[in-house]
Order: sequence, then C-alpha cells, then structure tokens
Amino acid sequence: MNTQTIKTKPGEILFIAAFFLFSAFLLSQLGEQATFKPKGKFFAQPAVWPGISVFGMTLFGGLHLLTRYKHRVGGTGAEFTTWLRALEFVAWFMVYVYAVPKFGYLPCTLLFTTALGFRMGYRKTSTLLWATFAGLMIVFIFKTLLGVKIPGGAIYEYLPDALRNFMIVNF
Amino acid sequence: MEVLLSSFGILARWDVVAALIIGSVGGVIIGAIPGVGAAVAIAILLPATFIFDPIVGLTALLGIYGSSMYGGAIPAILINTPGTAVNALTTYDGYPMTQRGEGRRALALAYSASFFGGVFAILCLILLSPLLASFAKNFGSREIFLAALLGIVLVIVAHRGQTLIAAAFACFGIWLQTIGLALDYSKTYTFGQSWLSSGVNLIVVVLGLFAISQAFVLLIDKDNSPKAEPMSGSIFQGFKELMQHKRVVTISSSFGVVMGMIPGVGEFTAQFMSYTTARRLSKTPEQFGNGSPEGLIASEAANNAVPPAAMIPLLALGIPGEALTAMMLSVFYVHNVVPGPQLFSGQLDFVVALYIALLILNVLVLVFLLFSTNLLLKIIQIPTRFLGVVVLTLSFVGVYSLRNSVTDCIMAACIGVLGFIMKRLNLPIVPIILGMVLGEIMQNKLRTSMLRVKNPFDMIDRPIAFILFCLILIVLFGHFRRIWMEQKAAKSQ
Repeated sequence: MNTQTIKTKPGEILFIAAFFLFSAFLLSQLGEQATFKPKGKFFAQPAVWPGISVFGMTLFGGLHLLTRYKHRVGGTGAEFTTWLRALEFVAWFMVYVYAVPKFGYLPCTLLFTTALGFRMGYRKTSTLLWATFAGLMIVFIFKTLLGVKIPGGAIYEYLPDALRNFMIVNF
Repeated sequence: MEVLLSSFGILARWDVVAALIIGSVGGVIIGAIPGVGAAVAIAILLPATFIFDPIVGLTALLGIYGSSMYGGAIPAILINTPGTAVNALTTYDGYPMTQRGEGRRALALAYSASFFGGVFAILCLILLSPLLASFAKNFGSREIFLAALLGIVLVIVAHRGQTLIAAAFACFGIWLQTIGLALDYSKTYTFGQSWLSSGVNLIVVVLGLFAISQAFVLLIDKDNSPKAEPMSGSIFQGFKELMQHKRVVTISSSFGVVMGMIPGVGEFTAQFMSYTTARRLSKTPEQFGNGSPEGLIASEAANNAVPPAAMIPLLALGIPGEALTAMMLSVFYVHNVVPGPQLFSGQLDFVVALYIALLILNVLVLVFLLFSTNLLLKIIQIPTRFLGVVVLTLSFVGVYSLRNSVTDCIMAACIGVLGFIMKRLNLPIVPIILGMVLGEIMQNKLRTSMLRVKNPFDMIDRPIAFILFCLILIVLFGHFRRIWMEQKAAKSQ
C-alpha cells in the first residue's frame, strides 16, 4: 500500500477502533456463542463460519487500524457530534414506527412528513403542503394501490362500521 | 426461435408492461435526483415487489437499475453533480461542454451513447445465452463455491486503498448471516436474546445501509437546491454525432459487457478502462477532461452496458456481483426461483424474457428522455432535506411491510446509523451486503461439496474449479504485486 496516498478522515480512527474492539469481543465469545461438536466434520461445524468471519473482522480491522493510525487527523470530536445528530432522526423514525399501529398509517404519515419538514427548517405553507402531499402519495401508492402489509391503526376501531373497513384496508 | 416466442409470451401481460413503464420512467427520475440513486429506490421497493410474480417484480427493479444511469447523466452534465455515483466520470467532459454552451449537445450524446451501450450489451447477451446455458451446466457445488469466493476476493481488491477494511466488512457481512439458528438448531451469537434467533434479515440490512443511512445524510447535510437552466432545441442529433465515434462507443460498450460479467468489478472499472482507452486512441487526447465528446461517450456507453451483463453471474450461477444484483437475488429467493445453472439451462425463456424487457426499457427510456428533459430539470431542483424526509418515510414502508416487526425497524435504524457513519467516512458499504449474500452461498455450497471431497485437492480436480482457483490466485498475486510496486515507487521518490 502506498503510504503517501493514505488519507484519513476525521473520526475514522475512532470508528475503526470501535469496530476492532467489537470484533475482538465477538472473537472472545466464539466458544460461548457458537457450537463446536467434538465428532463432526470440520466444515460442517456450526462454529466454522462464525469463527472464520469474526477472525477475519478482527485481523483485517486491526491491520487497517495499524496502517491508518499514524495518519490520524484531528476533528474527531466534531465528527462524533455529527454522528450523534443522526440519533435525533432515529428517534423520529421510531416514534413513527410505534405510532402507526396505534393511530393509523395515513394520519401518522401525514403528520410525520409535515412535522419533519417543519423541523428541517421549511416554514413556507406551500412547502409544508408539499410535504403533506408527499406523505399522502406514499400512503396511496404503497397501501392503497400496492396493498403492502401495514396493519390498520387501532384508532380506526372507533370509526363507523363502513368507514372502518375502508380505512383499515386502504389507509 | 421457440425460446424467443416463449419469452415474448412471458412478457405479454399488462402487469409486466406496467412494471416496465413504471420501472423505466421511475428509474430515470430517481437517477436524475442527486442523493437518491437506484440502490435507495430498489432497497425501498424490494419488499413491495414480493407480492408480485417474479417476472413483474424483477422487471420493475431491472427498469430502475437499467435506467437510473440515463437520468444520472442530466445533473452530471448540467450542474456538475452526478445523479448516481457511476455518473461521476460524466461530469469531466459533460459539464465543460455545458459551460461552453453545448449542454444540449452533451445531453444528446449521453443519451445516444447510453442507449447504444445498453442495447449492445443486451444483444451480446441474447446471442451468448445458449453458450452460457451449456457452460453453466458444468457448475457444481465446488465451482459455485469457488466462484463466490472469487466474487468476494474481487470485491475486496476492487476497493483500492481500502482493501483491508473492505475485507473486514466482507467478514462482518458473513458474520451477520451466521447469527441465529444454525442447521443443527444450535444458536449462534444470539447472546440469549430470542429476537436474534431468527437471524438478521438481508432486506433489513440493505434498507438500513442504503435507504435509512441516505435519509440521515440528506437530513443532516446543508440544504441544497441545485439550479439548472431549461434546455431548448432537439436532442435527436446525438445519434448522428455518435456515428462519427463508432469505434469509441463499440469499444466502451464491450468494456461494459466484459466488466459487468465479472463479479465485484462493475461500472467504475468499466468506465475507467473505457475512458483511458478512448483517450489513448483519440486524435485529441488533450480534450479529455475539458469537454471531449469522446470522453462523454466512453463513460456513458460503458456504464449503461454493465447492468445487463451484471445479470449474467446472477442468473447463470446465482452469484451477485454487486449490491443491486444482490438485492434482486432476494426477489428470486422469495418466490422460490433459484438462480443458477438450472435456471439458465431449464428456464432459458425466463432469462431471455428478462433481456427482452431490458431491451424494451432502453427504448422506453430514450423516448421518455427525448420529451421530458426539461421536466426532469425541475425534479433535480427538489431541496435535499425535503428528499431526506421522503426517503425516511419510504424506508418505513420497506422495513415495516416486511413482517410488521418493530424489532426489524430498530435493527434497520441502528444499521442506518452505521451506514451514515460509513458514508461520512467514505468507507465501503457494498462488501457487507456481498459478504452476507455470498457468505451464505459459500457456506451451503462448501457443505454440499464436502460430501464428495476426501482431501483438499479434490476441491479443484475438475477443469472449471481448477480455473477458478487459479483465477483467485492470480487476482491475489496481482493485488500484492501492485502493493509491492507502489511501495517500491514510494521509496524511490
């Protein structure tokens, strides 16, 4: 490997070190977490492929860490903060996931796209309406037209009989 | 002839035609939007296609795969931002042409070169199909194991400067697919958690790494709304001009076909090789990178010839060469259609039907592009954070509709964060997916082949197995030799 061409990005060493430690932990758990039968053929052993893979992760991850470590650059803290910002959107996503079975796919999606659009800094009514429309189209295409498996919301149970079935099937 | 008629019969259904139109038009639109790309779209749509017949689902996904690069050329040429990663080389010559006021000419050339590359590849493969069918019959468990191993090795060494971490991630992919219940019902790496017993689903990983991570990238990066001027005039003249560069377009398309057939190589290498060859053969090599029509033709013809060729290892051997074909493999599995030698020799009409579908979609895309470029320019201008909102909402459909599992969603979100970090650090994602897919193939085929293998040399005692083994050694030798040469050159400097 040409050492002169190695360019390390801020935070790369932290990520690779974490990956290496994770791999080493998995390797240390191999005996506990995978079975090795005393009488079986080697390649039919349940522990062979997990063993090969975690050994490879540790070896190659460790070697990559070694080659990059001397080229480390600053800015890890700022990069780590950016990674943490992704957690906010994980929270948005998980709230949406938990809300759909309770409040229904259509209402949750309309609220989700509009509220997230607002959170992303869009303040114009037209842009927020576009976000709502995007949500409506997603529900219409996937649930109404394609009939993907998304359960009807528990809240639909409170609707009148005819409307309830319609909403559960289509929205 | 009988095969051809039977293939047309498979395609002559309204749902297949609808899938073709939606896939091809949708692919162009998705390709034209910087920051989305075919991988994100296919990852999201994958679970939705499971409810259809394999031919319908595959046609729609193939449509997106085959047409996204057409769309990706538009922002690459007009605003210097490639719509898909593989259109990056198009910016070298396309954008300088736009700066010279030749944007319309550049688009016309890109469309016609893409069309030529796509059609050339499909015709080559239709003609090669009978030969491939007879060749595929010679692949047993040992050969498929070695071909999958070769695929993994090629994917790793293709990541120049990142081979060690690519190897680590390929192993990570192999490890992910070992989680859960083993064949003897023992638990592997479940840490006593019952929700891990059913293993890690490939689609969940694909959605996390490609779609959710991309949504995070779009939501966190600064908002951007690219501007592009409307185009005027006809773009039909591209074909006329293309005929003046017959040699470049034919050589570039051939590179696309050959590189596409080799697992792990794909569009980037095809483009790079065709571009450097075109520059070497050109009478005006100094124009390359400064708005050379030949350079533009070379990159666009090569990258559009790859998708049909990439279907060869998938259909003939069941071995995907890159992430998009790995996703398509799951469509086959869901419908109990097993790609491999049996499919190629026993259901040649199905294979040819897929190629005809690809041929039709190239025509559909060209017709669509000839009349809709200005409409696509408006779509390019959608703000990136708005796209992030849409991609995250769509990702929910992909993950949740799989089996209505909150655990899958949590897993996909965590993998999404992992993918987001990897994208920010420019670390390779594809080896994880291929590690998962090829790892499972290797595991199964090695177990099957071991029944007939008494000593290690029995693994390579058949001609194709021996050739594959030699290829693995040659690839590794070439890789280590290159590293040694680079180190020698660095020391001498």
